[in-house]
Amino acid sequence: MINLNINNQRISVQPGTTVLEAARKLNINIPTLCNHPDLCVAGNCRVCVVEQTGARTLIAACAMPAAEGMDIHTNTLKVRNARKHIVELLLSEHRSDCTKCYKNQKCELQALANEFAFGDTIFLDLVEDHAYTIDRSSPSFTKDDSKCIHCQRCVRTCHELQHISAIAVANKGLHQKISSFHDRPMSHVVCTNCGQCVNRCPTGALVEKTYIDHVWDAIYDKDKHVVVQTAPAVRVALGEDLGYDPGERVTGKMVTALKQLGFDSILDTDFTADLTIMEEGTELLTRLKKALVDKDKNAAFPMFTSCSPGWIKFIEHKYPEFLHNLSTCKSPQQMFGALAKTFYAQKMKIDPSKIVSVSIMPCTAKKYEADRPEMRASGYKDIDYVLTTRELAVMIKQAGIDFRNLESSHYDSIMGDSTGAAVIFGATGGVMEAALRTAYEIVTGREVPFTNLNITPVRGMEGVKEATVKIEGCTDDWKFLEGAELKVAIAHGLVNANKIMKQVREGKSPYHFVEIMACPGGCIGGGGQPIPTSMDIRKKRMKAIYAEDEHMALRKSHENPDVIAIYKEFLGKPNSHVSHELLHTHYVERENY
Amino acid sequence: MEKRGLNKVDLIFEKVDPKEVLTKAFTMKSDEIIQQILDSGLKGRGGAGFPTGLKWKYTAAVKEPEKYVVCNADEGEPGTFKDREMLDKVAYKVYGGMVIAGKAIGAKKGIVYLRGEYRYLIPQLLMELESFHKLIKAIGFDFKINYCLGSGAYICGEESALFESVEGGRGEPRNKPPYPTTSGVFNKPTSINNVETLVTAMMIIKHGPESYSQLGTKDSRGSKVFSISGDTPTPGIFELELGMSVHEFVNEFGDGDTKAVQVGGASGFCVPRKKFQSTVIGFEGVPTGGSMKLFNSSRSMYNVLHNYLDFFAEESCGQCTPCRVGCQQLLKGVEKVKKGEVKSTYLNELLKLADTMKVASKCGLGQSVGNAFRTIVENFREEIIY
Amino acid sequence: MYQVGNLVKELSDKHGRTRESLMPILQGIVERHNYLTDEAMVEVAKELDISAAEVYGTASFYTFLDTSVRGRYVIRVCKTITCSMKGKGEVIQTLEDMLKIKVGETTSDRQFSLIETNCIGWCHKAPAILINEIPYTELTPEKVVEIIKGYMLKK
Repeated sequence: MINLNINNQRISVQPGTTVLEAARKLNINIPTLCNHPDLCVAGNCRVCVVEQTGARTLIAACAMPAAEGMDIHTNTLKVRNARKHIVELLLSEHRSDCTKCYKNQKCELQALANEFAFGDTIFLDLVEDHAYTIDRSSPSFTKDDSKCIHCQRCVRTCHELQHISAIAVANKGLHQKISSFHDRPMSHVVCTNCGQCVNRCPTGALVEKTYIDHVWDAIYDKDKHVVVQTAPAVRVALGEDLGYDPGERVTGKMVTALKQLGFDSILDTDFTADLTIMEEGTELLTRLKKALVDKDKNAAFPMFTSCSPGWIKFIEHKYPEFLHNLSTCKSPQQMFGALAKTFYAQKMKIDPSKIVSVSIMPCTAKKYEADRPEMRASGYKDIDYVLTTRELAVMIKQAGIDFRNLESSHYDSIMGDSTGAAVIFGATGGVMEAALRTAYEIVTGREVPFTNLNITPVRGMEGVKEATVKIEGCTDDWKFLEGAELKVAIAHGLVNANKIMKQVREGKSPYHFVEIMACPGGCIGGGGQPIPTSMDIRKKRMKAIYAEDEHMALRKSHENPDVIAIYKEFLGKPNSHVSHELLHTHYVERENY
Repeated sequence: MEKRGLNKVDLIFEKVDPKEVLTKAFTMKSDEIIQQILDSGLKGRGGAGFPTGLKWKYTAAVKEPEKYVVCNADEGEPGTFKDREMLDKVAYKVYGGMVIAGKAIGAKKGIVYLRGEYRYLIPQLLMELESFHKLIKAIGFDFKINYCLGSGAYICGEESALFESVEGGRGEPRNKPPYPTTSGVFNKPTSINNVETLVTAMMIIKHGPESYSQLGTKDSRGSKVFSISGDTPTPGIFELELGMSVHEFVNEFGDGDTKAVQVGGASGFCVPRKKFQSTVIGFEGVPTGGSMKLFNSSRSMYNVLHNYLDFFAEESCGQCTPCRVGCQQLLKGVEKVKKGEVKSTYLNELLKLADTMKVASKCGLGQSVGNAFRTIVENFREEIIY
Repeated sequence: MYQVGNLVKELSDKHGRTRESLMPILQGIVERHNYLTDEAMVEVAKELDISAAEVYGTASFYTFLDTSVRGRYVIRVCKTITCSMKGKGEVIQTLEDMLKIKVGETTSDRQFSLIETNCIGWCHKAPAILINEIPYTELTPEKVVEIIKGYMLKK
């Protein structure tokens, strides 16, 4: 143990603990900006400087390991002067249009300014001296360099968590900036639109592109029928933006709030998540049959899930030679979109051209996905607008809804039913677990051999998880699988996806079926989820997802009554011709820069 | 104050037989070499002045099979050009110093990081290196030197930025600790020394530490190569004993009208005429990596300061706030004061900012911008304002 | 012609495909072609299996790794204090007049680029310039004319 003093309080810490961490243990607050719990230490904003007795300069608390006998002071005159200067310097290069900024009151720089830099501005405005780019090319987010404070959280996120580095630090000195490849528009580079950078940007430099006003316009348009779907992970995180602690489930209140906002029909992405399981499960089994019975060498393994649009764009850019390994299933959002303007429109006898389809997603990549040219199977743009969890919270606040005191209500019928299997799509491993619950039962006629249907090996925050399911006691149709060992893997965060893909490229992948989610923790950690994010917060959301599953009456996708009904009335059977037209898609090879 | 006066020395460029010196070094034990360097009192000649013997001792103490000797030949400080001269004239001594350092710390690999501006020297340097490798192999050393070339970035002279550059990255200084002695290039224990330090080390091994430590003062032992430029009839490279006053220096090199000497380059200190007598050149007074620039009374110190600030604003790596934004603020600030667009008292705010940069910047670049700023503004305030 | 694919492969074979090969590879391309095209940087990214944005980020850090068009002869005029005091202005004026371009520009025949640079280490022989890697020092307008004429004949 290492002993040190911080503000005259003695503390013992493990070797490797930083001064910042040691101070936090003493409940001494040291402000930070470039520091983020998910990322490596940068030590570049210098806001966390503290005084170490005997040292020539101040030290960055976030980057300085505690050492025996250190005597640290966090609030001396020298520290305060430096900190004030640093905040003032950041403000001088930041376009402070705070009252108009999407991040107003959610901005970490603003919070620091509030503490350290109120009153007269000390320094000259530098914003006017720079030619800043505001890149609005991505349908998912806006990159506004005039608000960038160069903390490099986004760069570290894109590199460390996502292994993409669509953005990197470019130039030096006064010209230093965060840039895509040679300043190309974000829509034309390897960016997956995952929004993890947006989740970690302390200012308004990276924010989701918001469609709130478009949605209000649709709601107020008497001529339009506005349907809304909510993704599984939204219900366990929305509360955070409305005053709840992380991990609170607010499903029923959210449905009520959506009704009060004026949506015509409140439906559930869970329904198409269940449908995805039927389609994707069938696709997997068909591929296995092709490989094992027909000895078809073109049956590509491992088969990858295709729910995560960030992951899809990742593989399109970086591993295009494996696009045929992807399941052809659209994501639940897009299945929903295609059905809303066909099946739902027919059932409800509404002209599909009058339907506005809105989805509430934990995701920024979903905005991009909705814009893909492939996503017009209904003859219209299948999904008109995608809002993030954060945008929904903004709408709820705009409408003056007292969220905390809302009664719970249920989703509307037709495409509103869901199962626990669908809910867990929101957490890493969830799609796999849902698929196994159904596929195993299709093949054997029995439930998966895990207590209470909880397939624990595929759960948790491990970056890459794997499991083997031995298939025994197959029904007559599936005898060819008797005794087979189905090897599956799950990766979340594209850095982990990349590990799987490297293995695949080297021809060393032992897996049959792999679930990949672009974001750390899966959709619960999505780029559209409430800010801040950390492992601790994601774990709480994850716990809530599994609690939601446990509380559902139905926990297997194939038991969803709406799913059973839609096959009967509309689709025929999984992977039918109609399914293929509406619910399946194809992928495009993209440049790797 | 210990004063030595101005004495020319011929050590660095003195012709020696490398075989003789290196054969001697080969027979010495690691700690003998380190002890001799410690005894000599040699401090790093790049500017920071860390005792070379200590650096070697710390690196030697780390138990790790792979270690590096890095020669910092990224001579970018405005006003210094002595390292180029050494590489041009006595490269074998640079290599010799590296081999000796390697023996001292237990390293088998050496890297010379040469600034891109000196690329024209590469063919000649590689040729000399080839014969040098043959020589040390014959003596029995197991040591190999490679070249890494910079591409125009002042900050790469900062040791950890240099490592980043060698590793193929942007030359952005790292957080310290860890220090290079435990985790340097490729995260291996590294002794990184300036070109002149390595040459000097070889000469200490040749002549012994006693004769070297007799030169100079208590705080600044030995001699030093100075790069002299500006308003002087004799610009060039001169090896001088440490411990002289600026006054003595100006008497020798001034043009009779010297009003200020910038000691240590853009990151160093400006000494005005009234302080020539009282200022010693060395670690007890104004330290320098060798850059000595003389300005006569025809020069505007505003232009000098503006030129330096413009330099720093461009050459800051840009990662840390105090340096990236601070340099721009100082530059824009003095421009506005000059134009009368802000009150002259704004200089006081800028002096405070310079203090913040000194204590809060991540590396030596940002920490030393304030040196020139403060000494020029304080001594030539009227030239800045009017 | 700027056929970069083979060159990048050659350089990668020579220097290796790890991250520390990046600088020598980029330097090798610039040595041959005076600057880095986007195509070249993408090729390097592929060879080294790193992102193109990182290649650009690293290249753009270094003054000599230009990512915009440069002529066959890149003239870098030192603008730091001593050169500035000792006649940099006249040198630039002479170069601009001769080449009919301004600082920062490249001649239309892509033979010359004229840029300013920070201290190149020839303060005692100021003013100084680099043409590609070759230093020219103690310049006067007359010397500049002579030197550039020499390069013009090299065409």
